[in-house]
Amino acid sequence: MSGVATYRPSPMPWSVRLSLVFIAAFVLFALFGQFLSPHEFRATSMFDRLLPPGSPEYLLGTDARGRDVLVRLAVGAQITLIVAIAGTLIGAILGSLLGILAAARRGPTEAVIVAAIDVQASLPIIVVALFVLAMFDNSFVLFLLLIGLNGWEVYARLMRGATLSAKEHGYVTAVRALGASPMRIYLRHVLPNILNVALVQFTVNLPLTVLLETALSFLGLGVQPPLTSLGQIMSEGRDRLLTAWWLTLFPGAIIFLLALSVSLTGDWLRDRLDPTLRSER
Amino acid sequence: MTKTPGGDASAPPLLSVNGLGIGLPPGGDRAEAVTDISFQIHPGETLCLVGESGSGKSVIGQAILGMLPRALPVTGGSIRLQDKVLPSQRDAAYQALRSVRMAMIFQDAGASLNPVKRVGRQLEEILKVHGVPAAERRDRVLDMFEAVRLPDPARIFAAYPHQLSGGQAQRVVIAGALLLKPALLVADEPTTALDVTTQAEILDLIAALKADTGASVLFITHDFGVVAEIADRVAVMKDGRIVEAGRAGDVLDRPQHPYTQRLIAASRPTGAKPSRAEEAPILEADGLHLTYRSGPIFNRRVTQAVRDVSLSLAPGRTLAVVGESGSGKSSLARCLLRLEEVERGTIRFKGADITHLAGRDLQRLRKSVQVVLQDPYSALNPRQTIRSAIAEGPIIHGMPVAEARRKAEDLLELTGLTAQSADRYPHEFSGGQRQRICIARALALEPELLIADEAVSALDVSIQAQILDLFRDMQARFGFAMVFITHDLRVARAISDDILVMQQGRVVESGATGQVFDRPAHAYTRALLAAAPGLGLAMEEGAA
Amino acid sequence: MTGYILSRVLRAIITLLITVSLVFIFIRFSGDPAAALAPPDAPQEVIDQYARAMGLDQPLWQQYTSYIGGLFRGEFGYSIHTGRPVEALFLDRLPYTLHLGLTALSIALVLGIALGAIAAINRGRLLDRAVMGFSVFAFAMPNFLFGLCLILIGALVFQVFLAGASANVLFPALTLGLAAMGSFARFARSSLLETINAPFMRAAEARGIPFARRLILHAAPNAAIPLVTLVGLSLGALIAGSVVTEQVFAWPGVGQLLVRSVATRDIATVQFLVLAVAFTMIMANLIVDLLYLVIDPRIRVK
Repeated sequence: MSGVATYRPSPMPWSVRLSLVFIAAFVLFALFGQFLSPHEFRATSMFDRLLPPGSPEYLLGTDARGRDVLVRLAVGAQITLIVAIAGTLIGAILGSLLGILAAARRGPTEAVIVAAIDVQASLPIIVVALFVLAMFDNSFVLFLLLIGLNGWEVYARLMRGATLSAKEHGYVTAVRALGASPMRIYLRHVLPNILNVALVQFTVNLPLTVLLETALSFLGLGVQPPLTSLGQIMSEGRDRLLTAWWLTLFPGAIIFLLALSVSLTGDWLRDRLDPTLRSER
Repeated sequence: MTKTPGGDASAPPLLSVNGLGIGLPPGGDRAEAVTDISFQIHPGETLCLVGESGSGKSVIGQAILGMLPRALPVTGGSIRLQDKVLPSQRDAAYQALRSVRMAMIFQDAGASLNPVKRVGRQLEEILKVHGVPAAERRDRVLDMFEAVRLPDPARIFAAYPHQLSGGQAQRVVIAGALLLKPALLVADEPTTALDVTTQAEILDLIAALKADTGASVLFITHDFGVVAEIADRVAVMKDGRIVEAGRAGDVLDRPQHPYTQRLIAASRPTGAKPSRAEEAPILEADGLHLTYRSGPIFNRRVTQAVRDVSLSLAPGRTLAVVGESGSGKSSLARCLLRLEEVERGTIRFKGADITHLAGRDLQRLRKSVQVVLQDPYSALNPRQTIRSAIAEGPIIHGMPVAEARRKAEDLLELTGLTAQSADRYPHEFSGGQRQRICIARALALEPELLIADEAVSALDVSIQAQILDLFRDMQARFGFAMVFITHDLRVARAISDDILVMQQGRVVESGATGQVFDRPAHAYTRALLAAAPGLGLAMEEGAA
Repeated sequence: MTGYILSRVLRAIITLLITVSLVFIFIRFSGDPAAALAPPDAPQEVIDQYARAMGLDQPLWQQYTSYIGGLFRGEFGYSIHTGRPVEALFLDRLPYTLHLGLTALSIALVLGIALGAIAAINRGRLLDRAVMGFSVFAFAMPNFLFGLCLILIGALVFQVFLAGASANVLFPALTLGLAAMGSFARFARSSLLETINAPFMRAAEARGIPFARRLILHAAPNAAIPLVTLVGLSLGALIAGSVVTEQVFAWPGVGQLLVRSVATRDIATVQFLVLAVAFTMIMANLIVDLLYLVIDPRIRVK
């Protein structure tokens, strides 16, 4: 066909700009938000219980035990951020390595990894987490590892596919014929060309990890007091939904906006990185 | 092959295109896809619209059928079908014209059929939407299948598209196009995706059907060989304009425009290289077998790609391996490159058995045996500068980095590029330039044997000729032996000393190129030669 | 075709076997299973009794075979809190979860595909952008937040309490189906667009087939093929989502049972529920694979 392909990078839409601003604000809030308030996040006050937002000293109100919501949100955001990033990274690295290994080695190695992917795909991660948490005492490290398992099988499947298709490319054949070692082929030629796939999946997986952490904490099975997270703050405020809405809606809104911002940025990034994945087509 | 002279120039034209212009979206390499296009097709005539990729030839076919995408608006001129001026954009009026007055067939016939519906039903649908009563439909489709010489029409009727071969699918599509006896058939590269023997059959079929029905054909192609077979008149396109037009015989024999001259020269075989005295072979293969097994245990597919292939190649000479798709020629290349383990047989390089070489020894062999692949777009790592790509081989084999990088510049100049372009990335180069880079990369190791796997097949013909020249120059300069894998007999004749014809994994004929072309011994070789478009014509001329 | 069916069935059986074995290994090696399965604060004799009853004094492979045998005979164990067989507890809850899950899936499918088709036909226009915006919103919205908002609005604006077993299934179903609806819309859109631009659609146009006919009789059946896979995949998300949604709406389904059993360390119940989820998912994926035989002739006739 003689259609002339024109490719012009699209300018960044306003939705992505706003998302990036929100993500930056969220990170700043998680890092420094505690200093916006004179209170400590665990400090209770018998006389200041369930104050609504806008009260003197308590900008965003207090909870049922008189703790400052603002400072608790800041600490909760910090924990949520740590869990989300660490959890996503664990899954991304583990899954990608297994996926590449399966495609590189083929044979029995691949069969075992593919079977593991099948098993994981037949068990929603939240069910796995509940199963493990029923048997072991909950600890922050265990919780982090469980969150890290979230989506590893997706990375593994994607990276296996990407590696297999990269191996079919002429440049891999040509470089093999040059006498390059497998190490050189994978590190210098395959990996740089499939990293996009993992990067895009990272932006899909990150909001899912945020949602998983907050959901488990919301169920009371995630981050345990005295530590807190956004989901856990919501869970504590849940029974007072009708009388003290700020306890659930503030953390809920932050979780939603964070997931939304990362998704919008991720969609845009995907369009930029890989025109063939473009949602426009 | 019979060529029916067609066209009655005295009759009023069936189709006339006057001053047609079609715009491109802003930001392209030119303002218009096509500019000021005018031509006429008379009843019963075949007009070939010839041009290389990007010339805008396909857009014209779409414009006639009223199928231009929104991004490509008509900017001027008119299209007239007999007495009727066609609307200049997508319009409901076209619905009644398509299939009835004019029909179109496309390059990939398999893809132009709905994969989840039986092909008979898809053709019946054409009759249905154009008001043919239900009782007649099936018979008319079956009759048409008969007319396009499909074997066992009833079975084809009930088949799904994926069950048809490429040639059968194109016959089905042609049957669909001619169901309602349209006066005009627009054929957009209908044989490009087919093997030569199938291509010859389809060209024959189109010519015969045209003679039977008196339809006119607008045949869009890039291949002057096809033009020689089928055209009454020709229009040559370059960069969106018609640069030359006239009767087929006149244009082929006495091309006026330099571009046409180049295209025609590139599509004709040059004489075979003279044979030289035999030396001790640099490469020998004896009784090679290769079998692919794929799929899960229950669905295991077994393909015998290479069966009992033997060959011998002397230093500095070129062996062409010719065959259609699926003949096993590329698998053979992978075996010779030691990228695939053969099942049985031996490969010797300079007398040493390299069949099961491994580790360091295999790596040393790689320095002497290099490859150039078909698709120049995937053959270069998109994230590597071309300097680094060319220097990589020498660096792997121990050359100091600085020296290898200088050598890359030398090779770029040697292969017709500039040293200044060394730090650019592959996407900044055209297909032909990339193939030069790939050749430079292979030559960087100063190999004694170069294996070229369909190395010019993805290129436009005029570029093909340049790259073949480059291969010859480099061979003269470096003296390497070459195995040249190709499906194109013209290319094989132009480049090789000896030739090996493969069919279904076996060698059916081998010998000196001139001898095989002049006196083919095997029936399959004769069929291939007869089918190759334009080759017969050119050879007759050479003999005259 | 028989090869295809056999390989899919074999793959399902292997996956199920691995999952069952993993659950077995996990329970055996997570400390003392007898102590975990016996009531809390049970005296040592009781724990020992449990250990003997479970055959913990036997070699590991014997334990394993008797465990697998037990599953085949339908002996899944007893809940430590109620003393009832775990499958009975499960069956009590199942109708609620099925009611909720199937309603959610129907809402998601019907609305999601409709939205996706609308977006595809209006590609690039405002309506398309609105649908795409909605799908991102649906993906990012935590179901517990959405559920709580519905409850809040119901209570403050309409003075109805939307939670509990007797409440309308529509609101928890909407909460549960929201994310799936978004991904169906997005996927239906891209699948339809890809099909609309396929060569056979252009060929159909060149043959004079009218637009509506091309869309419904040619594009839709092709676009539906990948959608079947997505429905299979979304089942996992629906099961995961139902755990949270049932909690938010106090819906007495299996998800609520699971959360409660985890909180009270009712290992036998948790183990059964995990196996039930795995079994459901594996069967669903198998059904999807076999459905392909019906809808995609390229697999049916090789």
